[in-house]
Amino acid sequence: MTPRKAKARKSGFNAQPLNVWRLRLYVAGQTPRSLTAFANLKRICETHLKGRYRIEVIDLVEQPQLSKGDQILAIPTLVRKLPQPMRKIIGDLSDTESVLVGLDLSPPPPPQLDHG
Amino acid sequence: MLHREASLKPSPPAARLTKCPTGIQGLDEITGGGLPRGRSTLVCGGPGCGKTLLAAEFLVRGAVRFGEPGVFMSFEETETELKGNVALLGFDLPGLIRQRKLLLDHVYIERREIQETGEYDLEGLFVRLNHAIDSIHAKRVVLDTLEALFAGLPNDAILRAELRRLFRWLKDKGVTAIITGERGREHLTRHGLEEYVSDCVVVLDHRIHEQIATRHLRVVKYRGSQHGTNEYPFLIGEDGISVLPITSLGLDHAASSERISTGITRLDAMLGGKGFFRGSSILLTGTPGTGKTSAAAYFAQAAARRGERALFFAFEESPRQIMRNMRSIGLRLEPWVKRDLLHFHSARPTLYGLEMHLATMYKEIETFNPAVVVLDPMTSLLVAGSESETKSMVTRLIDYLKSKEISSLFTSLTHAGNPLQQSEITISSLMDSWLLLQDIEGNGERNRVLYVLKARGMAHSNQSREFLISHRGIDLVDAYIGPGGVLTGAARAAQTAKDKARLLAGRQEAARSARELERKRDALERRIAVMRSEYEAEKEEFRRSHEQVATRTRVVTADRTQLASLRHADVEKSAGKRSNPTAGKRKR
Repeated sequence: MTPRKAKARKSGFNAQPLNVWRLRLYVAGQTPRSLTAFANLKRICETHLKGRYRIEVIDLVEQPQLSKGDQILAIPTLVRKLPQPMRKIIGDLSDTESVLVGLDLSPPPPPQLDHG
Repeated sequence: MLHREASLKPSPPAARLTKCPTGIQGLDEITGGGLPRGRSTLVCGGPGCGKTLLAAEFLVRGAVRFGEPGVFMSFEETETELKGNVALLGFDLPGLIRQRKLLLDHVYIERREIQETGEYDLEGLFVRLNHAIDSIHAKRVVLDTLEALFAGLPNDAILRAELRRLFRWLKDKGVTAIITGERGREHLTRHGLEEYVSDCVVVLDHRIHEQIATRHLRVVKYRGSQHGTNEYPFLIGEDGISVLPITSLGLDHAASSERISTGITRLDAMLGGKGFFRGSSILLTGTPGTGKTSAAAYFAQAAARRGERALFFAFEESPRQIMRNMRSIGLRLEPWVKRDLLHFHSARPTLYGLEMHLATMYKEIETFNPAVVVLDPMTSLLVAGSESETKSMVTRLIDYLKSKEISSLFTSLTHAGNPLQQSEITISSLMDSWLLLQDIEGNGERNRVLYVLKARGMAHSNQSREFLISHRGIDLVDAYIGPGGVLTGAARAAQTAKDKARLLAGRQEAARSARELERKRDALERRIAVMRSEYEAEKEEFRRSHEQVATRTRVVTADRTQLASLRHADVEKSAGKRSNPTAGKRKR
């Protein structure tokens, strides 16, 4: 799990800074579930938000004090910091439909899919 | 269960459960020392029954009194709300938080914001709790209404699995935890938390009976430990929770043989001259207006006079009213109140439930520490509860008072026409002594009579005494007991006067007959004197005549001798013979 790597992948960040999605994924250690969640998140973002997202991974085992800020109980939890309002998605993000609903990305625009 | 206990006993002492004192008044007594240390206790109850407060007090007392820092994880109230709520009870949370003795953590969870997408666990909560515990080295943890999670998280199955893991984790962590849960309809908690917390379960309850609400606490389960199983009333007062510690599991209080005065000399005299035993319970029953309160006030005052403290619970009159009324019979109570030897506590019986009354009394007694307690009148409490409840309450109160060697006097109002024994039977058996004040009606007046109906362990008079209340105070007077029955008041006075008159008449009669006798004796003596003088007269007569005879004889003899000599007859011999027989004999 490498947060830096995730941050590095921010294609299109300069192009549309106002529309950048800031996502924060909370995990607790590098458990298989955490890795699955991260992989799922990346896949979905690449598909639907290509170039418009920024993922921050927070490992609570390393930074337990951060759990309070976003009221994290479940692991993994994905928090949509931007755009407002804040949304929380819990689970390993394996249910793509739910993730899209949770992130308010649904229905997925087909033309974007074609372009991507 | 029996088997378990049997197998527990021989186990090595290392396996024994250690307890974590809560510091909550009474709770430690019920649980025999506190909650199970290093384990979780479930506290459940309906809304507003004091769960959060109990949990908060557990932490605060732990931090302040036992040096055990605590973490309060709240799922409902925010830190600010919590601080405000317990500040009312005198807990200084901000101070404790600054000293790192306490940590508040508000876990906020809103279902609307949460979308579930696949598998997850509650590791975040674990991490968060772990961090909180480690940061202040907490020994105590409170999870206040963990069940909020059920509302916030959609997947019950995951949640249950995680809760099970949480409780195990808490145990491994070695913290003593209180988990609160909302009371459910069928289960102790709405979501069956009791399934997971199996060491100790405490149920709080807030019941309303006849418009009067009372809080109760019950230890439903305490694995590996004895505990009181009853429902104990508890009270949320200015300084937190106090559970009524009237456990009274046994009758093993000490019995003093010291006697204390009742304040009424004649009454003491009726009780073997010494009054009641210290620490005994006295019931004083009477119809309205028989002077129960006055007698009770005397009893309280007697204690104050001895330099002991007396606590007077009045359920009908205000302290000022009692003092004013007592002044009218010459009893001045104010000085004792000023000297802090006498304290009044007045409360309307309907103000709150019986248990609350008991709790208040208990607290008053704890703070005032009296030697004598007066409850006037106990029967007023019947308004606040049923007869059986009142009895159980009074039993507990008496037990408590006895355990503290406090002498107690309970007055009880009986209604005219109601057979005394019937209305008092439930209470009287608990009492060591029973004084009965009664009205006796007759001759157009009412008079008060006092009996000692029972006095355990002491000789007492079986007589009834007239109970007089005047501006000089209370006095007991021998009632008139005669062939006409017991007479009191004017009838007694009349009868006494009648008796006196009869006595006087008798005395006069006796004197008269004594005088008569005297007179008779005098007469007799006079007669004797007369007879004696007659006799003397006769005797004198007789002597005199005898002398005459003798004289005459002598004269005759002399004449004859003279005559004979004149005749010169041979009479010398015979003359000599006659006049001097010895000469005649000699001659012969």
